[in-house]
This record gives sequence, C-alpha cells and structure tokens, in this order.
Amino acid sequence: MSSFDARRVRADTPGLRRVIYGRPITYLDSGATSLPPRSVIEAMSRYYELHHANVHRSVFQTAAEATATYEGARESVANFIHAPGGAGEIVFTRNTTESFNLLAKSWGAAHLGAGDVVLLSEMEHHSNIVPWFQLRDATGVQVRFIPVGDDFRLDLRELDRLMDGVRLVSIAAMSNVLGTVNAVREVTAAAHRHGALLAIDAAQLVAHAPVDVVELDVDFACFSAHKMLGPTGIGVLWTREEILAAMPPFLGGGGMIADVRLDGYSPADGPTRFEAGTPAIAESAGLGAAVRYLTGLGMADVQSHDRDLTAYALASVADTFGDQVRLIGPADLADRGGVISLDVAGVHPHDVAQVLDQIGVCVRPGHHCAKLLMRRFGLNATVRASFGPYSIPADVDALVEGLANAIKMFA
Amino acid sequence: MPDLDELYREIILDHYRSPRNRGELASPPAVRVEGFNPLCGDEVVVYLDVRDGELRDIKITGRGCSISQSSGSLMSAAVKGKTIEQVREVITRFKTMMTIYETSLENPRVPVEVDLRSVGELAALQGVVKFPVRIKCAMLAWNTLVQGLDES
Repeated sequence: MSSFDARRVRADTPGLRRVIYGRPITYLDSGATSLPPRSVIEAMSRYYELHHANVHRSVFQTAAEATATYEGARESVANFIHAPGGAGEIVFTRNTTESFNLLAKSWGAAHLGAGDVVLLSEMEHHSNIVPWFQLRDATGVQVRFIPVGDDFRLDLRELDRLMDGVRLVSIAAMSNVLGTVNAVREVTAAAHRHGALLAIDAAQLVAHAPVDVVELDVDFACFSAHKMLGPTGIGVLWTREEILAAMPPFLGGGGMIADVRLDGYSPADGPTRFEAGTPAIAESAGLGAAVRYLTGLGMADVQSHDRDLTAYALASVADTFGDQVRLIGPADLADRGGVISLDVAGVHPHDVAQVLDQIGVCVRPGHHCAKLLMRRFGLNATVRASFGPYSIPADVDALVEGLANAIKMFA
Repeated sequence: MPDLDELYREIILDHYRSPRNRGELASPPAVRVEGFNPLCGDEVVVYLDVRDGELRDIKITGRGCSISQSSGSLMSAAVKGKTIEQVREVITRFKTMMTIYETSLENPRVPVEVDLRSVGELAALQGVVKFPVRIKCAMLAWNTLVQGLDES
C-alpha cells in the first residue's frame, strides 16, 4: 500500500503557498526547475547557521561537519542512482550543462579524435549538443544524430548503420520537450555491441522515475539537483570508477591537486580531481536532503503519480479542445513522463503563457533549448506544462481554464 | 495585476491577424536582414528597398508571438515611404516609448514619457512596458530594421 500523497508533498513545499494575482500559484514548470521542500531549504540554512566552514581543509569541528555534509551528499546521490562504485563515482558540477561540458572537454578531448563519431539525437537539449560541436571544432570529431520519428520517439530502425565509427552515444533518457522516455537499454546494447560508450542526459528522468545506472547499463549520467527538488548551483556527472580514473582534469585550481611544484602539478584522484575551488557546499546539503526526501516518497510512487496525472492532463486537453490544441509528444502513456508540450492553433505560445499567467498558472513557452526538435516538427515554440511530485489534478484544471481563455482572446 | 487588455489592444490583435506589408522583396537589390530572439525562438525577416535616402518599400516575414509580429506590422506601416532620417526619428521615438527606468524602490517601473500623438498607431504598443518580459518581443522587428538600415 503506497503512502504517497501529493497533498502531503504540497504541505511540505513552501513555494506553493504563493498567491499570484489573488489566486494560489499553479506551478507547472518543474521541467525547468522544481520547487524544493522545506527540508531542502532547512538543510542549506543549517549549514550556514551551524556547520559553515570550508571542506577538505581544516581540522576544527565545524570543518569536519561541513566535509561530512558534502561527502555525505555524494554518498546519498550514489545510492539514489545505484552507482556500483559508490560515492567515488559521483562528481559534483554546477548543473547538467556543466556535466556535459566536463564529459566533452575532459573525456571527449582525451579519448576522441578526428574521424571518431559522437552520436546524439534530434531531441537533445542544447547542453548535450553544443559541447559536442565545440569538441568537433577543436578536434575534428564527427557529430551525428539519431532521427526522431513522427511518433515523437527515437527512430532506431537504422541504429546499427548509424553506429558506424561511433565511440560515444549521448542521448536524453527523457525528453525535456516531448516527455518521451527513450529506450535507453536498446540504445546501450547497440552502443556496447559496437564498442562505444553511452551517456544519458538524466536531468528530467531523475525527477520522474527511479534511475538505476546498472540496470540501464549506461556509462555516464548527467543531471542537476534543482530539477529533483534540490537547490540550483549543483549538478552531477556519474561514471564508472575506471572511466573516471582515465579522465584528465577539467578546471584547475585548489582542491583538485595532489601536489603542486615549481615545475608543475599532479592532479588528485577520484571525483575531487574535477572539483576545483570551493565547491557548492550548502547546495550539496540541499541535494542530500532532496535525495532523502525523494527516497522517502519512493521514486516508483512518484512515477505512478506522474503517470496518473499525465493521463488526466492528456485526456482533459483532448476532451476539451479536440484538434484545436495539438499534443507535441506521445499520446500513449507507455514510456512517457509528465512533461507535456502543446501547440494551440492560432495562438503563439508566448501569448498563451501570458494569458495563463493572469490566473497564476506557470508554464514555459519557447523552444526549450531544443531547436533541433523544433525544426524537426516545423515549430518555433511550444507551451510546456511539466509536473512535480506536488502536482495535482487541480493544476491541470487551471491549465485547461487558462488555455480556454487564451483561445477565446486570440482565436 | 497588469491588465491584459493593455497589452493585447484591439489594434495589436488586428495587426497580428492581418499583418501589413507581409512578404518578401527580391534581394538584391533589396536588403534582407534576419532577426532572432534567441531566448524564445521568435524570428523576423525584414526586406528594405532603400533608394535616394528614402525607404521606398518594406516587407516582413517571420514567426512569433502577437507582440513581435504586430510590432513588425505596425513598424512597417509607420516607416514605409519615409526618408531615412524620418525613419530613424520614428525608431528613436519608439525605443523611448519601450524604455523603462527605475525611479524608486516603491515604484520601480516607470515608462518614459512620450508624446503619444507623435507615434500614431504605434501608441497601441505602449502597454507592453507594463509587461517588461515582453519588451524584447516588441523590439525584435525594430532592432532588425536598424541593422538593415546600417547595412544599406
């Protein structure tokens, strides 16, 4: 019997107490950033109030507490995604984007050269495209794309042919625009068959479903704390210990060295090799608390709640608006999550979002940093509503009310 | 709460639904300039036929929200057939109208005073300054026009 209750999550989430223009906020932009529970905010305050000190440096009591908080968060994240090698495989970055930059600029630059291919997909976020184009411009690596079919899913029919020369496949586990949950295991199997490694952009998936990097059989995973109820400013790159050991340092400075001499330096081992300078310590406390909170909710329950709500939203929008509002994403609930992109006939997404704002409904209009996908479907923007564990059917009702207002005003 | 009717005036909706000077000009001889709003993906393409110090013709295509597209339409109607000097004056007046400056913490967003009679139909866009996020939408076509004038 599940103990998951979205109303309890709402009570834990101070951001949902906001009133916008006289109405309670309807927050449907968790795909952009999620609202943290009180325990996350308090964990960060507790660091600043009680344990504030730098990490990995001093011997005094609060410094030891700060280090324990920071390293404890690494442990929590490792458990959360079932990292086989534990905390030693968790590198803290600023966000998913920085994780991909680290992957491209450290692992990519060291292991890939002219003629090697990096295989991405047409549904990638710019953070999983631009670093690879930058690597291409620097080293002559080729960048290739898995196409997206009319069913808003990766078209894997030609996957084996596409794998020719590929050393790394890097794809979204769940699309930040379409809500599609990709067949990661099928792609991983093909990648490994061809001797390539596989990276996932897990930024959306970690917030919507259980993630087990062993079960998915991936080699790298990138995600951000702030999309999984944690704070902004801290993200994660996970990879297996032996791959991490063969990655050269990324940024240089304090904290990432074993030794510095007149003639050079030796980098530290493990994740700290990639964590130059004072890291996001308070944010690590917040991330650790977010992981504990999500673990308490149970990610399997979070996923089924997300699925129920998505079913309700897709049915509500289709029943109310018919062809007037087109779903840009899979209509079937299998392998999709609570990120819903819509195209309202005759009303531009910015105008839709502006009208929605009038009743306190927060959605995201725009290309969602996925211009390849927009081009693929001949759009220049969509309206995106995305759920968190605190989302409820009333949020969907407010969305439908606002969409009707927008259509009335413009159509 | 800022009133939506101030943003979406009837004139704006009319220009959005039936944009003026929509289309293309052969380029060359016309100057063709593209403008993008990288944050939201809105785009406009402005074609300018500049001869003897005069903007003989202007055409606009593009895709975007009602504010960006109606602003382009209103702009084309306001500048077509004018001398370049006059066009630049209209641009200056419009940009001034779209400027907000901070006067005090209590009343942080004060539109700059503009004599609305001097801007004609463009005055319909005045409400945009009450929605600061949308100012960049209204400015897109104008910034593209400026770029085109500088290139021609």
